[in-house]
This record gives sequence, structure tokens and C-alpha cells, in this order.
Amino acid sequence: MSQRLTIGITPVVAGLAVIAVTFGLLNEHFLAPENLTNLMLQMAATGTISLGIVMVLLLGEIDLSAGSVSGLAAVVMTILSVNRHLPVAAAIALALLTGAAIGTLQGVLFTRLGMPSFVVTLAGLIGWQGLLLYLLGRGGTINLPFTGFVAKLSDTWLPAWLSWSIAALAIVAWSAVTALQRRLRETAGLPVTALWRAAAPIAGVAALLAGTIVLLGADRGVPLLLVLFVSMVVALDLGLRHTVIGQRIFAVGGNPEAARRAGINVNAVRVLAFAACATLAAVGGILAASRLAAVNQSSGGSDILLMAIAAAVIGGASLFGGRGRTYAALLGILVIQSITNGMLLLNVDSSIRFMVTAGVLIVAVAIDSLARKGSPGAAR
Amino acid sequence: MVLQVRDISKRYGAVQALQNVRLDLAAGEVTALVGDNGAGKSTLIKVIAGVVAADHGTISFEGRPVRINRPHDAQSLGIATVYQDLALCENLNVVANLFLGAEQHHGGLLRHIHMERTAHELLTSLDVRIPDIRQPVATLSGGQRQSVAIARALLGQPKLVVLDEPTASLGVEQTAQVLALIRRLRERGLAVLLISHNLADVLAVSDRITVLRLGRNAGDYRTDDADQDTIVAAITGARA
Repeated sequence: MSQRLTIGITPVVAGLAVIAVTFGLLNEHFLAPENLTNLMLQMAATGTISLGIVMVLLLGEIDLSAGSVSGLAAVVMTILSVNRHLPVAAAIALALLTGAAIGTLQGVLFTRLGMPSFVVTLAGLIGWQGLLLYLLGRGGTINLPFTGFVAKLSDTWLPAWLSWSIAALAIVAWSAVTALQRRLRETAGLPVTALWRAAAPIAGVAALLAGTIVLLGADRGVPLLLVLFVSMVVALDLGLRHTVIGQRIFAVGGNPEAARRAGINVNAVRVLAFAACATLAAVGGILAASRLAAVNQSSGGSDILLMAIAAAVIGGASLFGGRGRTYAALLGILVIQSITNGMLLLNVDSSIRFMVTAGVLIVAVAIDSLARKGSPGAAR
Repeated sequence: MVLQVRDISKRYGAVQALQNVRLDLAAGEVTALVGDNGAGKSTLIKVIAGVVAADHGTISFEGRPVRINRPHDAQSLGIATVYQDLALCENLNVVANLFLGAEQHHGGLLRHIHMERTAHELLTSLDVRIPDIRQPVATLSGGQRQSVAIARALLGQPKLVVLDEPTASLGVEQTAQVLALIRRLRERGLAVLLISHNLADVLAVSDRITVLRLGRNAGDYRTDDADQDTIVAAITGARA
């Protein structure tokens, strides 16, 4: 697994380095703390939707409705809290529930009726967008109060001491668990990886966290939105790798027939993944509404869905199922958002931006296809 | 006898796949089931594994008459079937494949170390050599995959293991590995039913040979008393 991660991550990290150097040289503002902070704020919403896309990609399926669902959930939340004066927490909960229900419905249509996920979610893409427009009605835009909880989400910055404490806590916890694992493996008489191989990633991430905190600290501090997004990425990764249900998602993605014969309820796993995807899309929609402090007819529309899917694939989640980690969403959206952001700084027309993003996507999918072809056993 | 099959018949439309077939499987014995294509071997193991239901006939397991209507029935009796396609998840590692669908956990959290140790012990006891069982199955050789599939069947503590063409896609050395593994199953006191096209493998590893021809029994032999010509004659229907 760890070896696979390295293979999967290397191209995208290299790509990020190239992007950073290129735009850094072309425009002195690109690597400035203020711009990097904006970058972090811009990527959280679409990144969260992308995280959901990873869940269905792991099954070798696709969810085209994630963008529309994110917009719809944001509209549901806004209408409930602004127009109907529900408490914000209740409005958010109901919006997430809406997402979960939509995902479950689409999952059931996919598994019970045997409709291809592509078609079910394509219908969702159109239909939920329609429902969004219907709910918004003639007004078309609903503003969220700037001082409200939702708008505050994307306008909250962690004080330096808190950022450092969270980072230190994460690193200490990771180190402690790693050390404990090594001890347990030794006691069980199982092979233990070399100490430096276990320590290197921890040290690397520690350096990365420190760098991020220092850099963003030069502006307004670490945005809460970034912490939320990264926490979701990490939590989902741990869930996928260390729980029975996570293992079964990988199993169904790898070989559904084998999973079925092993007694796994394949359909339940699939419905769950679609529900998770739509719920994450709802979260992403709420984060996007928070950034804009409003919802409007284009919420969840335009290129959000395509960017979310592209991000997952660029980050290294396989379109063929069974391979990928949640970090794909984080890395992929970082690539896409950097390109977008850098091109905007350079005043490049969005026509060029789309073409460049397409090129990156093609390269990522080519790497995925080649990796699949190259893997032993794929020829069978 | 672990398993006794009597008078099993199965018809698919106009095709009589099995007619009054009889099969005996004893503990600590490898029984080879041979026959030409269309002889009914696959149908017979599907009946035993509960994948298809026989039209009539009886099956007794350890002396008791049993009904095997679903794969689950066979599994709970202690019949483990390893199909030719192995049904492994290539993207998962060896440990995960061994425990597929039967993951050990504490409140939903996987017990990685516990499972890995059990897997290690099982594979060692079977003398299956895999350098790193945390590698995805995609990186293993055909023989190693077959061994993993067989080892997985053993985790359920079966009494009978049905192996469908375990050596069909393997080279010489890997075939030898798998045959050695089959002998170790016998040493463990398991009843083994081996379906194979390869008479050399059958003669090398089996204790008894049951021949099917056109859906009927066409001979039972003790492997020690049989030679290749006799078996071939039984398979083809030519009188030796």
C-alpha cells in the first residue's frame, strides 16, 4: 500500500512543484502569503466535492450529480435558515440529510435497477439543478448574513498558537501510533519496516505543516476552511484503511464478483459510497455558499463538477476502481486551483486556462492507464 | 465418508448434464474428478457447492443426509470451493484477500496485526512462500495466487475442499508448488476433490480417480492401480 502511494503521489507532487516554480517566476504575487491564503480558501469547497468523487471512483463508478447536489444543499440550507429562520445548525443538518438522501436514492437506482451510474447521476445533474432553480424561484439570489455562522466559516483564521498546537498534536499522535504499531508488530513476530522509512513521512509532513503555518501566518493565519477540509481528508483516509466498511469499498472496487462471493453485500457498499459522495457534495456546497455569503442560480453549476472530478483523477484516484486515496482530492484540487489562480494573476483568458487544465487531466489519466497496464496481472 | 453423492441428475433444457451420478469423498484423501469437456464435472461441483440445485438425487455429509440449496449451505457444512478464477481482489494485499468478507475487527476497526499474524501462520503451516504478504495480490505469481485462494478456503475450517482446475494456467514449477500444497491439505485430514484436465497432475497427487463421461459415471480407480491409458480409455469411452 505504501509503495503504491509513492507511485501515485510522485507525478502530482512533481507537477505541483513545476506549477509553483513556473507561476512563481512569472508573477511575484503567486507565492505571496496573501495569494496562497486565497488559494486555500478557493480550493476547500470544490476539494470537498472532489473528496466525495473519490469515494465513488474507488468503486469504479462516477457521480455526475455532485455539483448540482452541492448547489441544491446550499440552497436548502440558506432557505431554511434565512427565509424560514431555522437555527443554523438545524438548517445545515437538513441540508446534509438532503445530500445523503439524494445519494442513497441514486445508489438504489444504480444497484436495484441496474442503471449505469453514469446515467443515474447524469439525470441527477440535470434534475437537482432544476430543483435548485425551482426553490430559488424568481429572486434567484439569497444572501447569507455576513456575521452569521455560515459566512463566518470562511472568514475565521486560527491564531498562531492554535495552529501550532493542532499541528504538534497531529504529529505527536501519528508518531505515537506508529511507534506503538512497530512495538505490537515486533511482539507479534511480524516484519517491521525500517525506522527511517516510518519516520521519513512523519518528518516530511511535520516540515510541510510548519512551512504552511509560517507562510499563512504572514498573512491572516491558517484559515478554518483549510483545517476543515484537511481534517475531512485525513479522517476519511483513516476510515477507508482501518475500518471493515472501508476495506469492503476497496474490495468491491477491485473485484465486485469476488466480494460478492466472499459474502460482502456489494449493493449496500455501493449505496453507502454514493450516499457518502452526495453528503460530501452537500458539505462542499455549504462551504461554497459560505465563501460567497450567498446562494444563487449558478451555485454548484458551471465547471465545479468537472473540476472536482478532474481533481480526483489528477490526484491519483483510479477511474478503474479499487485504487486511490483521499489525498488525491487534496493534491488534485491544489493542482487545479493553482493553475486557475496563477492564470488569473497573469491575466490569461479562461480559454487558455481550460486548455491547460485539460492537458493536465489528460496527463493524469494517461499515467493512471499506464500504471494499470503496467501492473502485473492486468493482462489476464 | 465425508461426502456421499448418490443418483444425482441435472438437466439443462434438452441437455442431460448429469445422470444418476455417484461420488464418494473420504477424509485425508484426494479424489480426482476427470472427464472430457461436457462430461458434467462443472455441473457436479456446482451441485456440491450449492450454486445449482440437482433435479434429483441425495447428498450425505458425514453420514447425514443434507440439502445444499445455496452456496451458504455448503459453506456452513464445511465445503469450501476454490473456483478457477480464484475470486481474488488484485488491488488488496494478501492478508485482506484471505480475510475478505470475514474481516476480524473490534467495533468496526480492522485488527490488522491480528489478521496478519493469523495469515502468516496459516501460510507458513502450508509452506506457502510469499515474500511480503502486505503486497497487493496483483504482484504475485499465478502459483502464489492459487495458494492464497486455497489458503483462504482453509480459514473457514472446512472438511472438504473442492479445487476447480487449480493448475490450469500454471507453469511447471508453480504447478509443483500447488500440488505440494494439495498434499498438505490431505495431510491435514481434509477431503479434497480435485477437478483437472491434466492427467499427469491427477496421477501425481490423487488417491482415487472418478471418471465422468457424458454425464454418467464411467469408472472409479485407485490411483495406484491405474495407468494413464486406462483413464484415457474411460474418459473417451474407448474399450482398452
